[in-house]
Amino acid sequence: MLAKLTHPRIGGLLILSLIIALLPLALPNNYYYDVAIKIGINAIVVVGLNLLIGYAGQISLGHGGFFGLGAYTSGILTAVYGWPPLLALLTGVAVVGVLSFIVARPILRLTGHYLAMATLGLGIIISIVISNEDWLTGGPDGMYVEPFTLLGWELYGEKPWYWVIGALLVISVWMAMNIVDSPAGRALRAVHGSEVAAQVVGVDTTGYKVLLFVVSAVFASVMGSLFAHYSGFITPAQAGFFHSIELVTMVVLGGMASTYGALVGAVLLTVLPQLLSGFEDFEMVIFGLILMLTLIFMPKGLVPTLTHKLKDWRGGRS
Amino acid sequence: MGAGRPLLVITAGCSGIMFAEFLQYLFSGMTIGATYALVGLGFAIIYNASHVINFAQGEFVMIGGMATVFLIHIGLPLPVAILGAVALAVVTGLALEKLAVEPARNADVVTLIIITIGASIFLRGLAQVLWGKEFFALPAFSGNDPIHLGGATLLPQSLWVLGITLAIVVALAWFFKYTLIGKAILATACNADAAKMMGINTQFILFISFGLSALLGAVAGIIVAPITLTSYDVGIMLGLKGFVAAVLGGLGSAVGAIVGGLLLGIIEAMAAGYISSDYKDAVPFVIILLILFFLPSGLFGARGTERV
Amino acid sequence: MSLLRVENLGKSFGGVDAINDLSFTIAANTIHAVIGPNGAGKTTLFNMITGVYQPTRGDIFLDDASTVGKPPHVLASRGMSRTFQNLQVCMNMTAIENVMVGRHLHLNRSFLAAMLRLPAIVRGDRQCREKAAELMEFVGVGQYIKTDANAMPYGALKRLEIARALAAEPKLLLLDEPAAGLNAKETAEIDGLIQKIAATGITVVLVEHDMKLVMHISDYLLVLDFGKKLAEGTPTEIRNNPEVIAAYLGAA
Repeated sequence: MLAKLTHPRIGGLLILSLIIALLPLALPNNYYYDVAIKIGINAIVVVGLNLLIGYAGQISLGHGGFFGLGAYTSGILTAVYGWPPLLALLTGVAVVGVLSFIVARPILRLTGHYLAMATLGLGIIISIVISNEDWLTGGPDGMYVEPFTLLGWELYGEKPWYWVIGALLVISVWMAMNIVDSPAGRALRAVHGSEVAAQVVGVDTTGYKVLLFVVSAVFASVMGSLFAHYSGFITPAQAGFFHSIELVTMVVLGGMASTYGALVGAVLLTVLPQLLSGFEDFEMVIFGLILMLTLIFMPKGLVPTLTHKLKDWRGGRS
Repeated sequence: MGAGRPLLVITAGCSGIMFAEFLQYLFSGMTIGATYALVGLGFAIIYNASHVINFAQGEFVMIGGMATVFLIHIGLPLPVAILGAVALAVVTGLALEKLAVEPARNADVVTLIIITIGASIFLRGLAQVLWGKEFFALPAFSGNDPIHLGGATLLPQSLWVLGITLAIVVALAWFFKYTLIGKAILATACNADAAKMMGINTQFILFISFGLSALLGAVAGIIVAPITLTSYDVGIMLGLKGFVAAVLGGLGSAVGAIVGGLLLGIIEAMAAGYISSDYKDAVPFVIILLILFFLPSGLFGARGTERV
Repeated sequence: MSLLRVENLGKSFGGVDAINDLSFTIAANTIHAVIGPNGAGKTTLFNMITGVYQPTRGDIFLDDASTVGKPPHVLASRGMSRTFQNLQVCMNMTAIENVMVGRHLHLNRSFLAAMLRLPAIVRGDRQCREKAAELMEFVGVGQYIKTDANAMPYGALKRLEIARALAAEPKLLLLDEPAAGLNAKETAEIDGLIQKIAATGITVVLVEHDMKLVMHISDYLLVLDFGKKLAEGTPTEIRNNPEVIAAYLGAA
């Protein structure tokens, strides 16, 4: 039993659930709830993106575009056309799923910098389209989005949203860790380790890469939709280049190929701007500096570096 | 859109106007394309020396323009201000290599990308603190009286842009062909391990490459500033489009980056003129996606089989 | 009937022929060695047989069905598996996970089932882990079952690759220089292992640089030189072939 608890999947999920359950005791007001919800939304996207970047070794600088596409599909279909939010969300999933599937095959044939370039281009095109088609999207000024309703029940206010996002986060982490520790997951990690070795034992590496790209894009789309309903207001920035960079940075900073690293990255990079907003003009300088220094001194990211240190320290003691 | 435009133009006058329009777009496309070419060249040089993509490349462009504006503001004459700004960018480039890239040489590709992005956010933030968020105009190098050519107008500054770009390309060609350090850079690009065995200090080559790229970026930022204005965040788009130019020509190919940059500028100007100016900024990215889909090694990149 | 048949095979890289007009057959249940000096085209041949490269000319048949144009993972499902001259071990995984990847074709590969961790996945993975551990014992790296791949010595990684290839349960196993970089004692052990593998009914094709090494374990040898067939035959025939002697003495 004890051995089961220390297993990262079970023990870690238990700790994560406990933190989510107990955190409200420490949240003094809605502002803090708001930050916690934003952490959760980012974390879910990043957990999905980490599967692609951290485990399968495929860079994407365009996931902000998928997030934005999900957000705007939900926003437009509910506000302009009066669709029910769940149907709008699922339509967003379909749109993003089909788009990412169509571009995935030619894009994922590319490696390294070319892949970075292609995904970056795709994300930028999506954000430019959203900015320009102002008759539909409200353009750079953004648009208002209706609250999320399901079967007459309206999800409104920070506290209910906190529990919904918290539950989704636990489920996402559970699913991501399931994938990592499965035949499909090992195949994907083998793609990162040696693509040709994976191929010659029967792994359809392109097929898996495409599938994972689509799955991670859909993760982003769903969270984009939910974010739109939660915040009630969206701008093209949600689809922008910086949002994509932010998401990748969360993966890399927390630690690639570590699901809990992705969570830590999401917490840090969501909280940091809030803390730095007090520095006003110096916000960007400090943010850039922290990013550089962390990765120069811990190129593997926070969680893998720290767990390694901890293991060394334990090993040194015994 | 082009729906209202006659498909077949019979009268000479009308075709003259159309030609003038075309010429106008060509001029502006070549001007902006020349700056993309210089930025793309910067990407190619660093990529060749290390296979690193320096996402802070655009910030050298920003530093070039902004520092020149600032130095003129404190009373320096234009040529001195330009030299000062170029020097500042080169020092920044060298410092970036020494302090941020070199310590992380063995890190993952994504990690290196994020480090250079961190550097670019840092530099942009610093510029915003030092110089503010406004747009600035740099005076044109030799007045604003337009030159009339075939019905189109050409700003003297455009000639400066094209002339300086050409001069730089010639100087670079000479540098790579006849100087020891230039040859060493080429050798490293060709085969870093072999170059190392021949006694070339590849670490130093990378250091120099960052300086050289910063120089190219800064020059691009200065010569284009009188036409497009400059601000603390001008480096983002110029940097990304320079990257597109480099990939378009085949990453690592110098000729490719130059042709890629010019081509990109011209297509962008044509698309803005004939199709939609709203989508001007999307054009480079649409082109690059098409190129990557159908010609994954770029226009001039060598196709190779990966060795197993 | 031959298990593998190569007909008039050719491969050019930028106008240079790496392999030219090569034909041979490999019978089932044999150990077949491909030898020749550096640059003779041995690895290129392996890459074409396993679908990593596409041939410029000619055809390859596995069980009388052409393999040309098929990607490596499809050929793997038809019973081929291989190792690499320069190690292709996934250093981001543990040793046993590397071998478990080799069982890919025999497991539930569904993404959705994996995401929900259905009981079938759990059961399949438990059996897969046991089987992988057995194979690691079989190739002689049993002590590394709980080790990360990047913490293993070179010689053990060579064997780990063999275990991964065996995990796919191939009919035809291609070993690209399995003894390269090993000392005399390790080489002898690898020779023993290859014989042990062949005894289980798997057809083994191995590329070797050193002729002496494979002489006593191979049933049949193919000698390549500059991409062409120099000779083929039993070890005794090859040993007495004047052209082979000339080429090897000339090369030395």
